[in-house]
Amino acid sequence: MSKATMNINFMGVRKPLGILSVLLVIASVVLLVTRGLNLGLDFTGGTTVVVKSPVDVELSQVRADLTAAGFGDAVAQHYGSPKEVNIRVAPKEGADADEVGHNVFAALKAHNGELELLKVEFVGPQVGDELRDESGTAMLLALGLMMLYVWFRFSNKFGVATVVALFHDVIIVLGIFSLVQWPFDLTVLAAVLALIGYSLNDSIVVADRIREDFRNSRKSDPEQIINDAVNATFSRTINTSLTTLLVLVALFFFGGEVMRSFSEALLVGIAVGTYSSIYVVSNILFMMNVSKEDFIIPEPEEIDEMP
Amino acid sequence: MTRYPRWKFFLLLAALVVCGLYALPNLYPDAPAIQISHADAGGEVSDVARQRVLGALDEAGLSHGPGESVGSSLLVRLNDTEAQLRARDLAATELGDNYVVALNLAETTPDWLRSIGASPMNLGLDLRGGVHFLLQVDMNAVVDSRMEAWAGNAKLTLRDAGVRYRDVAVDGTTLTVTFADQVAADAARAPLRQALDKFTMKPAGDTPEAVLVLNDSALKEMQDYAVDQNRTALNKRVNELGVAEAVVQRQGADRIVVQLPGIQDASQARRILGRTATLEFRLVDNSVSSARLRSGMAPPGVEFYPFKGQEGRIVAMSKSKIATGDQVIDARMGFSQDSGSPEVNVTLDSDGARRMQRITGKNVGNPMGVLFIETKTDVKKVEGEDGNLVDKMVSTTDKYVINVATIQDTLGSRFRITGLDNPAEASELALLLRAGSLAAPVSIVEERTVGPSLGAENIEAGLKSMALGLSLVLIFMVVWYKLFGLIANVALLGNLVIIVGIMSLIPGATMTLPGIAGIVLTVGMAVDANVLIFERIREDLRRGLKPRQAIEEGYGRAFTTILDANITTLIVAVILFAAGTGSVQGFAVTLFIGILTSMFTAIIGTRAMAEMVYGRGARAPAKLSI
Repeated sequence: MSKATMNINFMGVRKPLGILSVLLVIASVVLLVTRGLNLGLDFTGGTTVVVKSPVDVELSQVRADLTAAGFGDAVAQHYGSPKEVNIRVAPKEGADADEVGHNVFAALKAHNGELELLKVEFVGPQVGDELRDESGTAMLLALGLMMLYVWFRFSNKFGVATVVALFHDVIIVLGIFSLVQWPFDLTVLAAVLALIGYSLNDSIVVADRIREDFRNSRKSDPEQIINDAVNATFSRTINTSLTTLLVLVALFFFGGEVMRSFSEALLVGIAVGTYSSIYVVSNILFMMNVSKEDFIIPEPEEIDEMP
Repeated sequence: MTRYPRWKFFLLLAALVVCGLYALPNLYPDAPAIQISHADAGGEVSDVARQRVLGALDEAGLSHGPGESVGSSLLVRLNDTEAQLRARDLAATELGDNYVVALNLAETTPDWLRSIGASPMNLGLDLRGGVHFLLQVDMNAVVDSRMEAWAGNAKLTLRDAGVRYRDVAVDGTTLTVTFADQVAADAARAPLRQALDKFTMKPAGDTPEAVLVLNDSALKEMQDYAVDQNRTALNKRVNELGVAEAVVQRQGADRIVVQLPGIQDASQARRILGRTATLEFRLVDNSVSSARLRSGMAPPGVEFYPFKGQEGRIVAMSKSKIATGDQVIDARMGFSQDSGSPEVNVTLDSDGARRMQRITGKNVGNPMGVLFIETKTDVKKVEGEDGNLVDKMVSTTDKYVINVATIQDTLGSRFRITGLDNPAEASELALLLRAGSLAAPVSIVEERTVGPSLGAENIEAGLKSMALGLSLVLIFMVVWYKLFGLIANVALLGNLVIIVGIMSLIPGATMTLPGIAGIVLTVGMAVDANVLIFERIREDLRRGLKPRQAIEEGYGRAFTTILDANITTLIVAVILFAAGTGSVQGFAVTLFIGILTSMFTAIIGTRAMAEMVYGRGARAPAKLSI
């Protein structure tokens, strides 16, 4: 009927993992500062054209055609399949900035009449700047509101632990995006924001349990209590992450190019988030010397006033 | 243990039935169709026209629907998009300029569903194909031209008041009038203040001048007016393009969003939306010598313009206009009866016609020219005052003569313009004249075009990943939680039906590819609530609780945790909706709805089912399948 009670000594390896987390966060921050994110079209402005041909397309030919048409700085890449090509042109000055996409397609079509235009995206430089600012604000706002919620919901120490876990997750995901130079666009931003919700959700479940156990447990060793709570929630933590990972894998393989970076961000994020909800939350709580005294519920005073 | 309250069962059932009913229309995909409407607003499609179109389709061997009336227009259903494209071209050639033929989608929802107001979800441009434009209105141009007008007003006022001034200068929203001495400046203040009541006058200083600054409220009013004017003009142009279900909306202070679903030729749309082309009719001054023409020094009252397509030919035109494009009430493309070359047949309003009649009547035998004026606007980086590069909208105006003809007779309200290169140019000019000019120049600052085949691919990709993700989760739950897993799965499927039903019910909600991703993600996260509950139940069973008690305890203790966890995601969804644009907003909407409905189905729904299995009966179950 029920599985045997889980009893893994999570706290036994908390020190090396804590150091690992700190190193990962530092590495991510360093990467973000030095290398930055590979910002997508939404944030940099410019033009993207996606074309499709009934037969495989030679990229060298496309590049030659582009250079001949005066788009020597354009970047051409296969897009999901060798039959589709994605051409990205950096923002250009001049009267025809918004016509670049159509000119690129016309230049390619002149050489290969069977090309089909799948997509043109043009984002003007000022729109790109605005989207970047708004997205940054949205991310900070989300983090801020999460902190506010946690502060309202938990005592200080638990609030600090879940918020640290939250920043840990977001920074490491951004760090990986910087390391691999995956394009970061509006859809990825949506994924990162979803991750902020998810990561906190995960940490709250664990924190909730630790808090509950501190109140109810007759044991007095904090390490023991935390370890028991992590164990008790472990299969939930893993199962929820698993179901979410399953649908993300489906999105990754079948969702097409648009959904690829979205699912990449969440796949990485949920892996990191799962780890942090087990280790980061508990580690921080431990470091802050959380104890039973933090949970003594004061007697409600209203009782005296009742008739 | 207490029996589960009966009203919760009814609530569940009612939610499922209602949402299921409203989700149904999505099973009936829209059919490709062409929509035919009269070019004049409010005009009906005649029966003759209908017969001609259907006849032409029959002749071409295209199978089609009977042609149904929708409002004042006619909708003809076709089998596929290829037939739809051919049919549009056939109908357009058959009917000519008096009708507008557009691609559209016809609903196939059965009548009984339509009668309860059920219709399929709106699909975003990334799923149905189409173009999204974001246009920026050049506010500086609006301000500049209005300020010039006010400067003229100020001069007129001072002249009427008999006050001599030196100069009236405009700088941004500031008007500076300079005088020879303080006496004149003091005398000018009262009349200026009265005439320019939308300005605030700065207190008098040492220099003999009056400085007037436009009030913020007046500036805002002016900008609002310009954007709204532009929106109206763009709306007319979009209607002229014949795009069904187009959206023209103001966004923020100075932007306009135009969405054209299903459009095939984005370049035509962009040409027509962004263009500010208009005409002026003026007398040609033949008295100017050719040497003077070459020198470029125009005599007073005359302006020189190049003749389009003829290198080096300069036309001297009188500065005063006989009529302008604003006075055109109708313009149609046609072909000259003698040469077969394209032309535009123009009808002027009564003011324009009266002036045209008076001036041409006095000038029979003299030449008249048509001046074509086109403004292009673009955003350029220029160095700002602080030395940093800033974005500035720069407008360039091209003016050239397209036609010079001798006035044979007094012209009235109707006449022809020739001198156009090709039929496409003629029909675009006719369209622009008909739809009216823009109050301020615009430029395209964002464009997203999705070809129709990519739209279909995106739908397929979305559905495929949803099917796979869902199946994986369903299998996982049954394997791990047995009967309770099955219960969670039923709730999950019910959740999907409810999400689709709600998305179809909300009129403004639009499904996009990220929106589908949102649903897929909700599938993964919805079972989280059940995982939490089931793990609690297992734990309580291990602690030695009786099965029924374990269920009771499990649901009760997991509830606050579930609520906590979901509130965080709800907050994020709201932020995403506020910050995101089109397709990302679709994600926020489905995430938001999905979280709410999943709490409903995963907590109340699964509990009700668990009660049906274990809660009834006189004897308590000995064990649970979990």
